[in-house]
Amino acid sequence: MDIVVLITVIVMLGSAVAVLLFREWLAALAAFSVVSLALSVLFVILRAPDVAMTEAAVGAGLGSLLFALALRRLGLWHIEKKR
Amino acid sequence: MRRITSLLFLLGLGLLIAAVFRDMAFGGAVLAGDAINATAAREVGAANFVSAVVLAYRGIDTLLELGILFTAAVVGGLVLGRPRPEATHDADAGFILRAGADLYFPLFLVVGLYIVLHGHLTPGGGFQGGVILASAFFIPVLARPGSSLDQRVISVIEGLAGAAFILIGLLAMTDGKAFLTPLLDKGELGTLLSAGSLPLLYAAVGLKVGAELAGLLAHLANAEAVD
Repeated sequence: MDIVVLITVIVMLGSAVAVLLFREWLAALAAFSVVSLALSVLFVILRAPDVAMTEAAVGAGLGSLLFALALRRLGLWHIEKKR
Repeated sequence: MRRITSLLFLLGLGLLIAAVFRDMAFGGAVLAGDAINATAAREVGAANFVSAVVLAYRGIDTLLELGILFTAAVVGGLVLGRPRPEATHDADAGFILRAGADLYFPLFLVVGLYIVLHGHLTPGGGFQGGVILASAFFIPVLARPGSSLDQRVISVIEGLAGAAFILIGLLAMTDGKAFLTPLLDKGELGTLLSAGSLPLLYAAVGLKVGAELAGLLAHLANAEAVD
């Protein structure tokens, strides 16, 4: 059980740092939703399924959707060509 | 450079929080959970005792939470403004997203309704199910930006659901009980028609949250296309 928690936390930390380091907006957004998904796995392990469901629906689903729409409105919703 | 600065800031914040939490007893405090767990099933009749707390013991908190969400949606709509009628929309998305939207719409609808209606039995409830319902109605808009949700129908659903929640709360007061006291027969623990008026309250919460968020997302998506 501890190993699962450790892996989840490492995934969360790794993708949280990746959000800051990615140059692509789309990739940063995907990494952002991975943080929320891993957090909801952590909530399930901590026996809080209600909170896990909220985290998955609001954090990973609706939050990413909002950011995606904001990116599209700002005109950043594309993958940059390699120069 | 700014990214490194923010990382350093987060590191400092983490150290600060760790220092605060180091001397705190974790899980050793006297919690109300055990007492509620022992009495909730008998008093409220909900198998999922989180919803017994959310709707029965702390129903007024849920009402205020709905108020906060409503205010956020109103302010969001205010900031975004009304799109010009002659504004152009983005073109339809590609085949994969369009086909995926057609497949996911009924699936999300069923999952969302299931979570809302079983809120008093299993984890989940009005808020979680409502968010899934909102995404169900929003995904077609994402695939075909030209088609938009009818804002008037959405606001009617939202208003009726919010009024239903308050009305159920007021009905308890006509019997001389406190606001939002659970009504109706408790039924058999663990069946779909149990826990008195809790499923009705959760249905109202689910519809309100779903309509509100779907309206907000559609508003955001309806913004003018980038030239």
